Amino acid sequence: MRTLRFLLQKEFKQILRSRSLLISILMMPIIQLTLMPLAANYEVKNIAVAVVDHDHSSYSRKLIDKIFASKYFSGGSYTTSYSAAGKLIEQNKADIILEIPHGFEDNLIRDDHEQIFLAVNAINGTKAGIGSGYLGAIVADFNNDIRQQWVHASRFSDAPAIDIVPANWYNPFMSYFLFMVPGLIVSLLTGLGVFSASLNIVKEKEIGTIEQINVTPIRKYHFILGKLIPYWVLGMTVFTIGMLVSRFVYGIVPLGSIPMLYGFLSVYLVTLLGAGLLISTYSDTQQQAVSLAFFFMLIFNMISGVFTSIDSMPEWGKVMSYFSPMSHFAAVMRMVVLKGSTFHDIMPHFLAIVLLGIVFNTWAILNYRKTT
Amino acid sequence: MDNIAIQADKLTKRFDDFTAVDAITFDVRQGEIFGFVGANGAGKTTAMRILCGLSRPTSGAATVAGFDVYKEAEKIKKNIGYMSQKFSLYEDLTVMENITFYAGIYGLSDREIKERGAKLLDRLGITHEAKTYVASLPLGWRQKLSFSVAVIHQPKIVFLDEPTGGVDPVTRRQFWDLIYEAADSGITVFVTTHYMDEAEYCNRVSVMVDGRIDALDTPSNLKKQFNVDSMNKVFYQLAREAKRSGD
Repeated sequence: MRTLRFLLQKEFKQILRSRSLLISILMMPIIQLTLMPLAANYEVKNIAVAVVDHDHSSYSRKLIDKIFASKYFSGGSYTTSYSAAGKLIEQNKADIILEIPHGFEDNLIRDDHEQIFLAVNAINGTKAGIGSGYLGAIVADFNNDIRQQWVHASRFSDAPAIDIVPANWYNPFMSYFLFMVPGLIVSLLTGLGVFSASLNIVKEKEIGTIEQINVTPIRKYHFILGKLIPYWVLGMTVFTIGMLVSRFVYGIVPLGSIPMLYGFLSVYLVTLLGAGLLISTYSDTQQQAVSLAFFFMLIFNMISGVFTSIDSMPEWGKVMSYFSPMSHFAAVMRMVVLKGSTFHDIMPHFLAIVLLGIVFNTWAILNYRKTT
Repeated sequence: MDNIAIQADKLTKRFDDFTAVDAITFDVRQGEIFGFVGANGAGKTTAMRILCGLSRPTSGAATVAGFDVYKEAEKIKKNIGYMSQKFSLYEDLTVMENITFYAGIYGLSDREIKERGAKLLDRLGITHEAKTYVASLPLGWRQKLSFSVAVIHQPKIVFLDEPTGGVDPVTRRQFWDLIYEAADSGITVFVTTHYMDEAEYCNRVSVMVDGRIDALDTPSNLKKQFNVDSMNKVFYQLAREAKRSGD
């Protein structure tokens, strides 16, 4: 115990004196969490529509007004021909072309039927899909409006229609921040934890102090605890800062139990630092450690479910995400913050990180050698 | 056998097909200053790392402070001090914090740390630098501090791996004063060096060539044996035969 005291004393002094580490620990959560959600935004807004109106009738005008009244479509431009609108797409000034044919109003009134044409720039698949979806919904709505105008005489329309009335559970206003901020906290914390822990040990290898430690009677687990505990405390601090930012900048109040989140975090950090430690036992220089840590962080991030949905991954992707501790914490954060899940609900994730923690740490301790 | 500090018998270390240390046999008596000289790559550091428990030998036997290097490495570590070629103090800690840290992990009590720390600073004449970061100390001071920290727990044996590399002659002389004081207090000193004038300060010297010990005796006997007037010339005669070079 006494040995541990001296190790911890040394480690905390070094951390508190390392300006770059402190800056990344204190400032990164604040800066990243205020800027990232604004930039990494999947909400599709500002879709630019190029309108080619060959009809110039009151109906075509109504339809166009209805489209631009929506907050999703902005910066519309009017062109006289389809090819001119095509140019706008080429120049990236338009995302969707809406072509209203000549005789739109006449055909609609006379034949009860008319077609309009949509062309979508599908380079950004998400924007294209959501944009044409929105536009389709607006046109359908417009369709209903005019049907009602015409068939007002008979109360019972002979065309049956099913209307969908959605209710968005857990995130009623579909706020992007509510979904993204808890995920970003997890991503940030994981990156900081893995990098700082693995770099610290490798730094001692590089400057040679680890050899001095290895000739002392310090026990392996003392040394490892001496490294894990300070970074565990740092992880708790980063998380707390992240939660404060999400509370005061985004007004996110977790529905579930905050002590339970901390409880989960305390185990998660042990798992995470075990992974950092494991990386350090396989690296001799800080450069190697950064490369390895970067490699794993990239994979962790991509399969974590923070940025994309795990449900839509192929089977092998789902299996991989099970072995990434980050995906479990990301799921738990969202469950507890958004749905108010209880311990019973997050149990499978808890067991998974306990298991991964045992594997990473045992592997790291076995692979850390005082003797070559 | 009580007065034997280190004993090595056909101690060998192989890395794949390269034999770094080739069946070396020697003993070091308690309280002795034992010099280990040899060209770069002769195997000095590897031999020392085996004796410190940092590296496992491939074959042969050795005991340090009476403990077996295979089975009792952790017991050896309680009884030795070590100063490596690489600088081993923490630059972002102050002088006193380094002393406290190393003394602490060797199990010294708070009172002992305070007393011995103060004595050490006084001996080195750097009491006023106790709160200086090690990073801003001149190299010579750092080396002396490193050595003093390596013996703060009063080990039976201290291993020094080229302790005076890159240090000016005056500081080297002062460094050797510290080594003599440690030896006088009963600590066995095992030191590797490139400097032949330092080899003259040792009680006995072994000369390593290509992983073997080619000569081992007191400096004066060695000079007689090779019929020369300095350790430098002894070394030249032996090292000329060396087939490998470089670290």
